[in-house]
Order: sequence, then structure tokens, then C-alpha cells
Amino acid sequence: MVSNNSSDTTGSSVQLRQLKPSFSSRIKEFFVRHLQVFFYSLGLLSRSPFATLMTASALGIALALPTGLYVILDHARQLSGDMNSINQISLFMKKETSSQSIKNIQKKLNAYPEIAQVKHINRAAALQEFQENSGFGDALKALKNNPLPDLLVVHPSLTHSDPQQINTLLLKLKKIKQVDLVQLDIQWLQRLYAIINIAQRGVLIIGSLLALAVLLIVGNTIRLDIENRRSQIVVMKLIGGTDSFIRRPFLYTGFWYGLLGSLIAILLVNISLIIINDPLTRLSSLYDNNLFSLGLMGINISGTLLFSGCLLGLFGARIAVGKHLKDIEPK
Amino acid sequence: MILFDQVSKRYQGGNEALSNVNFHLHPGEMAFLTGHSGAGKSTLLKLIALIERSSTGNVIIGGKNLNKVGRHTLPYLRRNMGIIFQDYQLLNDRTVFDNVALPLIISGFSSREVNKRVHAALDKVGLLRFEKKYPITLSGGEQQRVSIARAVVNKPALLLADEPTGNLDPDLSREIMDLFMAFNQVGVTVLIATHDIPLITQLNKPILQLSHGQLEYKNTGHTEQTPAGIQHG
Repeated sequence: MVSNNSSDTTGSSVQLRQLKPSFSSRIKEFFVRHLQVFFYSLGLLSRSPFATLMTASALGIALALPTGLYVILDHARQLSGDMNSINQISLFMKKETSSQSIKNIQKKLNAYPEIAQVKHINRAAALQEFQENSGFGDALKALKNNPLPDLLVVHPSLTHSDPQQINTLLLKLKKIKQVDLVQLDIQWLQRLYAIINIAQRGVLIIGSLLALAVLLIVGNTIRLDIENRRSQIVVMKLIGGTDSFIRRPFLYTGFWYGLLGSLIAILLVNISLIIINDPLTRLSSLYDNNLFSLGLMGINISGTLLFSGCLLGLFGARIAVGKHLKDIEPK
Repeated sequence: MILFDQVSKRYQGGNEALSNVNFHLHPGEMAFLTGHSGAGKSTLLKLIALIERSSTGNVIIGGKNLNKVGRHTLPYLRRNMGIIFQDYQLLNDRTVFDNVALPLIISGFSSREVNKRVHAALDKVGLLRFEKKYPITLSGGEQQRVSIARAVVNKPALLLADEPTGNLDPDLSREIMDLFMAFNQVGVTVLIATHDIPLITQLNKPILQLSHGQLEYKNTGHTEQTPAGIQHG
């Protein structure tokens, strides 16, 4: 029969625990080993630079697309903000209004907090400018009376420049009885805002899809990596490697892929911006003297991209490792 | 140290690899496990190393019932046994030193400790001069000694070997067996599966013979006293 000696079995379990590192040594070693695996996984990647670069470039392109769109959209929003501040409202005065009462109105409007500046364009001066610039000079000279009214150009102040506030101001201006017509082409501004809103959603959708693509690319790369190192994983498991120990190099590999991918994305976006900037500046100089340029990626956007790239890499690796490491067991 | 209590192992498809196996190997003992191919030798070792689980019965190692060992505690249990394979299972992209160091690194020893212990283990198997070489450049016997160094480097209480001399010529096989004997002499429990009967009959150790999944105890005949530890039901 089987002998079942309890003192014997407890004795041997004491024996089983004979060689263990101390707790403090294990804590210290934990960090040292993390650092080692951190660079070991980078070393593994550098051993096959071409394959690494191909994967990282695929990630870079996937990350560059939404980032580039975001940068352009961000500038468009800033630009529309600038346009907002140069909004102007034209008040066409009734013809019989005397220049004295126009001056009074101008003074009154200047006192409004929502108005930054009011400019008076004299009807005579306006006619002269029109004659000089329109090419209808001779035709206009034939007119006996000046057909143009006096004009007050109102610049809303920066603090009161969103479409809602401007609407309120318009209503107020219409109530002035010497005013014949109030004109502001505000619709194009509202349309621009709406378009930017749609574009923002679009970038969000494209960004989410491409983030998913990054997860899949990293996940698939790590899956192949796990497959290639199957025999190593079996050996690790046989000599008592825990799941987290075996997982670690793969997670760091994912991290490095994410980091390299986002660095490549930053490079790609900046190169594209440089390519676009030149003709864009030329285009904006054709419109006015206010030169518009996209510049390079800001530090905030670059930082966010790096951070989310690394996070996506880690996360993609974690998914692949969680799914495939369990399947590999010693046989 | 190793206690099998009415252990059976049935694989999917109804093939019974082990049926109602009972034995007890006490701490510090050494035994051989023999039997024809397919008799269940590997299965029995796999049950001890938790590569497989028993269908019925209890396997108790060092006082721990393996039926109660979950997925997360399993690695810690394996750290207390050294396992040696016929095909060595070395990592060919790492040096001999790194291969032997792996169990210590997994357990979280400091670099100084790792250095000291790896050198001691390599010295014991006579391979200190090869520490910077890659396993693939070594002969079969040398690779097997590297794998033994790896198995003993964290001083496990139990050594398991599955056909450790299967790929080696008689002289090398004898050397490897002498190594196992030496470890046993300093108190390590050793269980070796082999079908090299001529070799093990010279060694004067108890033999467990498996036949169609059933265990028979067989004395070598060289010793007068029955080894006290091995009992079978």
C-alpha cells in the first residue's frame, strides 16, 4: 500500500522552499529586470531593422493620416476665428440723414461695449472711390446725383464676435431709425462653422478607425512574434516563468512599435506641412497681405500623438499576448 | 517527495496511459522509471511536472496536492523542480551562461547571485569554459550537461529527467548518470525515465517498471535490502 507519512511530506515541503531570493532583492530586481527587458526588446527589434521599419512605417502612416487632418482642421478653425474678428457690419444710412446726425449715431455706437470701432464712409468719398476702382468711371460721371448713401462700417469687438451675439447686435442696429439697411453676410460664417463641425466628426471617425488599425497591426505583428518564439515560450513555462514574465518582452515590443510608429507619423505630417506651406502662403498672399501659413506640428499635438501611439502599441500587444500565450503550453 | 495515490490518466479518445498507479518516492531517494515505448513513462513525468493533469487520483509533490494547484501558482511549483529532456530544450539564441541563468532571473535573483550560482552550476557539470558559447555549437553530451546545469542552478529538491541519455553514446550516458548520482548524494530526489536497462542495472537503484500503464516494482537484484521509500500498491 501507499505509505502516507505526514511528518515526511511536511518535511519535504520545507525542503521545497529552500532557495528563494529575499523580498527586498526581488523588488529591486523587478525594476532592474524591467529595464533590461525594455532594452532587450529594443535590441530584438534592431536585429531585424527592415521588418521593424516596415511595421513601424505602416503604423506611422495609419497615425499620420488622422493627425494631419486634425492639424489642418485646427488651423481652419483658427483661421475662421480670425475672420470672425474682421467681421464688419455695413449700415447704409437713409439719404436724407444729415452729416451731423450721422456723427451723433457714430458717437453713440462707439460707446457700445459690443462694438470695437465705427468708421464713417462719406457718400462723396465713396462715389469717388467707386469711380476710380470699378471701371464704370465715365458712366457714373453721367449721373446727376450721387446714388450712394452714407455708410457706417461697424466692427464688432472680439468679445462679442460669435454668430449669436452678432445677430443680437444686428437687431439692435436695425432699430436705429436713420438706418436704411443693415448688411452682414453672416451665413457663410455659419456654414463654415457647420462644415468644420462635420469635418471634426469625420476626423474623429477616421481617427478611431485608424487607431483600430494600429491595434490590429501591432496585435498581428506580436502574434507572429509569439508564433516564432513558441519553443522559447515553452521552455520559459517549463522552468517556472510566470505569465507576466513571459508577457513582458512582448509588451515592450508593442511599446517600441507604438513609439517608432508615432515618430514616423510626426515626421510624415511635418514633411507634408512643409510641402503644403509654400503654395498656401502664395495663395493667401493673393487674397490680402495677411499671410497665412500652417507652420509645423505643435508640441501639444506631437506629445499627444507620441503618448497615444505608445499606448496603442502596448494595448495591441497586450491583446495579442492575452489571446495567444495561453494556447502555448508544454506538451 | 513524490506520492502517487491511485492515479489514472486517460487521454481524449479513451486511451488510458496510466491506470491506478501508486508509489511513493521519499525525499533524497533516486529511482528509475522504465518500460517499453508508450508504456506511460512520459505521461507519469508530465503529471509530476504539471504538464498534464491526472484524470483520477492524487499526485502529491512535496506535500502539495497537484489537483489543487491553479494556473497562477503552477509556475512557482515548477521552480522547485529541475526538469531535463531528451532534446535538451535549450534556447539557441542565448549563450550557455544565459540559458543556465534563466531560472534564477525568473525567480528574481540579483545579478551577483546569478553570476555566482551559474558559475557554480556550470563548474559542477564541467562546462565552465563554454559559458560564452551558444548551445548549438556544443556536442549532444555537452548540451545535455548545460540543460542539467540549468535544472540544478536554483537547487531544486527534485530532479526529473525524461530519457536524458536517449541521444547519447554509452560513455556519455554513463557520465550523465554519474552526474545525477552525484546530485542525489547531496540530498536531491531524482526520478529518471529511461529504457537504457543495461546502464541502470549497474547503478544499484530502485526501478519502477511501467507496462501498459500499470506499475510494477522491480528490484535490480544488486542490493539485498529493499529500498525503504519505494512502496507500491
